[in-house]
Amino acid sequence: MDPLSWTGSLSVLNPIMIGVAALLALSVIAQIILSLFAPEPSVKVNADGTLIARGGMYGSSEKAVRWFFLALVALGLTYVVAGVVMPMGSAGIIGAISKQLTPVWGSLIVLFVLSLRYKRRLGLYGKLFDSSIGMIGFGIVMFWVFTAIFSDFIVTHDVLSQVSGMKNKLPGTPTPNGEGWYLMGGDHLGRDVFSRVIAGSRIVIIIAPFATIFAFMVGITLGLPAGYYGGKLDTGLSFLSNLILAFPVILFFYLLVTPEIVQTGMPQYLGVVLFLFPIIFLMVLVNSRFYVVPARRNVMLLIIGIVGGYFYLSFVGEAGTRVSVLPASLDVIHMPGNMLIVFVSVVFVNSPTVFRIVRGIVLDIKTRDYVAAGQTRGERPWYIMIWEILPNARGPLIVDFCLRIGYTTILLGTLGFFGLGLSPESPDWGSTINAGRKLMTIAQHPAIVPALALMSLVLGLNLLADGLREESLKD
Amino acid sequence: MLTFLLRRLATMVLTALCLTFIVFYLTNLPPNLEKLAKSEAGSRITDTEVESWLEKNGYASPLLVRYGEWLGVVPGWTHEADGVTQGRCIERGQDPETAPRYCGVLQGDWGFSTVFKDDVSSILATRLSLTGILMAWVMIVMVPVSLIIGVMAGMREGSKLDRSLSTFSIASTATPEYVSGVILIAVFATSMGWKVFKGTATSAMDEITFENFFLPVITIALYGIGYIARMTRASMTEVMTAQYIRTARLKGVSFRNVVMKHALRNALIAPFTVIMLQFPWLLNGVVITETLFNYKGFGWTLVSAAGNNDIQLLLGCSVVAVFVVLVTQLISDIGYVILNPRIRIS
Repeated sequence: MDPLSWTGSLSVLNPIMIGVAALLALSVIAQIILSLFAPEPSVKVNADGTLIARGGMYGSSEKAVRWFFLALVALGLTYVVAGVVMPMGSAGIIGAISKQLTPVWGSLIVLFVLSLRYKRRLGLYGKLFDSSIGMIGFGIVMFWVFTAIFSDFIVTHDVLSQVSGMKNKLPGTPTPNGEGWYLMGGDHLGRDVFSRVIAGSRIVIIIAPFATIFAFMVGITLGLPAGYYGGKLDTGLSFLSNLILAFPVILFFYLLVTPEIVQTGMPQYLGVVLFLFPIIFLMVLVNSRFYVVPARRNVMLLIIGIVGGYFYLSFVGEAGTRVSVLPASLDVIHMPGNMLIVFVSVVFVNSPTVFRIVRGIVLDIKTRDYVAAGQTRGERPWYIMIWEILPNARGPLIVDFCLRIGYTTILLGTLGFFGLGLSPESPDWGSTINAGRKLMTIAQHPAIVPALALMSLVLGLNLLADGLREESLKD
Repeated sequence: MLTFLLRRLATMVLTALCLTFIVFYLTNLPPNLEKLAKSEAGSRITDTEVESWLEKNGYASPLLVRYGEWLGVVPGWTHEADGVTQGRCIERGQDPETAPRYCGVLQGDWGFSTVFKDDVSSILATRLSLTGILMAWVMIVMVPVSLIIGVMAGMREGSKLDRSLSTFSIASTATPEYVSGVILIAVFATSMGWKVFKGTATSAMDEITFENFFLPVITIALYGIGYIARMTRASMTEVMTAQYIRTARLKGVSFRNVVMKHALRNALIAPFTVIMLQFPWLLNGVVITETLFNYKGFGWTLVSAAGNNDIQLLLGCSVVAVFVVLVTQLISDIGYVILNPRIRIS
């Protein structure tokens, strides 16, 4: 088989694409320069109630940007759609990749159509679709989420199998047995870069949000009482969190994730403490709400205790390590390799920041009248904290949640970059970048493809957070 | 102000003690010591030999005592065998009588690196000076660029310029050093793109040129620029909606003068704190970038010390890192009080 070019038979479109992109860049620059001299409003209201758009140089540059942007998007979509429709390989690498990603495109279209259709009924989530930045960010994030979900169908080759003739081969090289192509080339061991990046997305998409949720539970459970009660508790917890924050993250990773320290069971003990917080949080949540109906409360606490306790033991324990409570046959959650340790260290690094944010918000909210009203009604402190203060703090917390998932992704990459934690052949993005960077002078794609993947996911999360912030500030 | 300073200093010392103790504890866990014994005395020694080696070299005493010795508040250990007295503070060939009783970090004795075969203090001095040069260039690039971007974006909120610059800042905060570094090397230092710069900064340790130093500096600066620019923008937009700015505009002061003379000074108070608090983050970036570009500064030393179980050097590195973080926090607090007359410390 022949090697694939980037666009295959669609290469006739390339000059048009480049031309439109150049024109768009020109018009954006023109608009920025002109905006320094332009009058303020872009739409004027006439006396008879009609509207008039701004004319002149600035107005036309505004129009040019809009139309060139639409043209560029349409052209980009053409590559994708043609790739999906045309047979494998005839639309080049881009076409082949977009064909592999067909389930992702389908899910994205369904999600966006439904969300846009019912956006008025969906609360803050629906409002996200009023902001273009938020929508772009959400699209990128969901692209990676769906890629992670469908990764088994998307990968073209086995993630670990090494083909000797494919070492550091360029993108689009056909495999020696003639069964397909290495769409993004081969890495230094002759493995398929494209498949590894796709498979790596699953690791990130599972660990990053879960670690962030855990960090939030720890931060909220400790931050609420610290801000609400103040005093000695606050001083102690704040000192502790400042202690962790003053610790250089990389040094901490090196100290906690090295094999010698893993042997002592240290990270697992840390996990034993940290993972208790979600259960405590849920129990306090239920207890404060149903304190007045003891029968119902007891049942719910029992359920949380048993189910949560089981998952807790199964999560922190692993047969054959320092902490092994459940026998292997009852252990449902198996964390491969050092994933638990990576998880624990990421939660540990993130929770002090969450603690500080929650504490700050609580300090602000507890001076409000509705909190005083609750206190006068005789509501108990934990009820006020969880059911009066926390819901009113959700805006900033949701925004920070998105940003923090991005930050966690970066941390996971950092761990992989230093070869800490996950096993060396694991396809996670940090380890792949680390493996690829050592041979940058020979082959660039093994490092660049995962780097771009990681960057796009974090960028999507940041844009999403920005959109959410904008929309939540509006009301 | 004085009580505030004293309290901050007391907290700082306490934090430093706690953190160094944690590092000391983690680096002195039994498996680490065993590994050290094996690397020093031969990898095939038996468990009893390991124990006797540890005892001979003063690692058998309780952890707190050893921490005190390392800190220099507890007399160093001595060990007498076959009529020869060895000790923590006794150098080879030195008469035990003349040796000092205390030798720890407080006395300026930072220990001996097992990997580089040199005194930790002298290693740290050379490495830190190399990193200092790197940081200085990063600051020279990062601070003006990010402040200009932030002020330009914040002076007219919602304008096209604001949107493009804000998008740029978001993109730059979404690009960690190991991503931007890899991409920059691929584009500017390999056969794939233009070969205008060098992909390593090893030669920059002797002689800095634009060619070998631009990429590492830009890699670190890029990640920080976005964050500082966003903070500056937020502070600038807040100032631009203030009453006195409106008054100045109504008096007929031109927009340029309002921005330059009235708004700028007040808008730059918040970014000052942010820039100071960026130091701990820069430390992170420095470690990644120095590893990526093979520039043997402080970060590179930290990584090789941690990777090779070089306990004394790692402890020295962490003291420096913790010190940098705490001092910048203190400076940012004091600076904030001085810059902003509205804040009074009771």
